[in-house]
Amino acid sequence: MSTLSLTSAFTLLLKRDMTLAYRRRSELVNPLLFFVLVTAMFPLGIGNDPKLIEAVGPGVIWVAALLAALLSLDAMFRSDFEDGSLEQFMLSAHPVSILVLAKILAHWLVTGLPLFIAAPLLAVLLNIPGDAIPTLMLTLILGTPVLSLIGSVGVALTVGLRRGGVILSLLVLPLYVPVLIFATDAVKTAIVGIPTTAQLSILSAMLVGSLVLAPLATAASLRISLS
Amino acid sequence: MVANLTCKRGTSHLKNKTEDNKTYSNIVTTSAVSTATFEAQSLECIRDDRVLFDDLCFTINPGEALVLEGRNGSGKTSLLRIICGIRLPESGKVLWEGTDIFHLGPEFHEHTAYLGHKDGSKQDLTPLENLRVAQGLGKARDGITLEEALEQVGLFGFEDVPTRNLSAGQQRRLAIARLLVTDAKLWILDEPFTSLDRKGIEQMERLFEEHLKRGGMAAMTTHHRIGFKEEVKLVRINLSDR
Repeated sequence: MSTLSLTSAFTLLLKRDMTLAYRRRSELVNPLLFFVLVTAMFPLGIGNDPKLIEAVGPGVIWVAALLAALLSLDAMFRSDFEDGSLEQFMLSAHPVSILVLAKILAHWLVTGLPLFIAAPLLAVLLNIPGDAIPTLMLTLILGTPVLSLIGSVGVALTVGLRRGGVILSLLVLPLYVPVLIFATDAVKTAIVGIPTTAQLSILSAMLVGSLVLAPLATAASLRISLS
Repeated sequence: MVANLTCKRGTSHLKNKTEDNKTYSNIVTTSAVSTATFEAQSLECIRDDRVLFDDLCFTINPGEALVLEGRNGSGKTSLLRIICGIRLPESGKVLWEGTDIFHLGPEFHEHTAYLGHKDGSKQDLTPLENLRVAQGLGKARDGITLEEALEQVGLFGFEDVPTRNLSAGQQRRLAIARLLVTDAKLWILDEPFTSLDRKGIEQMERLFEEHLKRGGMAAMTTHHRIGFKEEVKLVRINLSDR
């Protein structure tokens, strides 16, 4: 297979998933709505102590983002599994890992990117100082793809199960913890005014590592789920 | 043609014979147009502790079709899933041009098209969009446009209707159109005639016949008696009688 047709298969699949997401817009809004509602409810629950809200702010935004990602994960392969499209991917003339990467990218574009765009607004709501907002955005743009990538492995393993939801959270959440720790720590450090290069470097390393390994693991897991 | 396709493992006499066959087929294939040959060697499938079949051997050559028969639950679908590489056999191997398909991966899949119980079409996409994806996943066939493929299965005029609005039979036809748009030599079909009307079945039989005449191969399960008009070599295996 030439690289050209592989690239075209990648873009074709990406376009297909984006079209499908657009035609099911109502499902698309769900994770974003969850993200916004959870972060908006927190200050109301905590009370009007700006110092306290500022202290929990980064954590709240990241936990909400993490759970929003988890909420939308199951949809990544579920409908393809049910209507037999997944079998067709496995029998494609292209490496499955590349096709999987296209699906993960589509998933991130419809679930991760909206969170990234909504985050500055919520940061203001949570009293996070303006100087730390760029760092928050950086952690989100580096971290949310990792959530989609790691999540795809979990979904691929559980897609064949009838009730995979609980197992999926148990599988995936522990793997999300390092992202959560380094991302929130980066934002907290930025609030204090200390350079955050270390945390951001580790997050970048996580992104690169999962970008390389997760599609391979997902392809192998899908093969197990289907056989 | 009903063939007795059980082979005895480890019998040196038969082993020699298969080797002879191989050299023979090599001689033939160098002169013939198509070199693709599909071979299954002593396949065994176990499901829920039951042996569905074991020591199952067959070959499919260009222009031939394998027809699987047998009771419900006799392992027809499992066998098809094994020969297209979704499922691994308990023992034995499947060879494409002499190489194990497990090692070939996508190189094997560019020669195959699989039509399973599920159509593999997206309900929210139009037939045309579905076909475009199917074509992109495989190796595109020259000399046929997506619209022509839809016309050949009788879906002309339904290009832009969402697939969910099509009837079950029309959705099956769309799945069959998928076979036409890629350059696959081996069609693996699991009950391809489900929910098709009588005329539709005849149309599809013509398409399968054309595919075989082009030098294609097919492996299928069906409860319908296939009525090919022309002389097509059918290899029948009954999984219940073995």
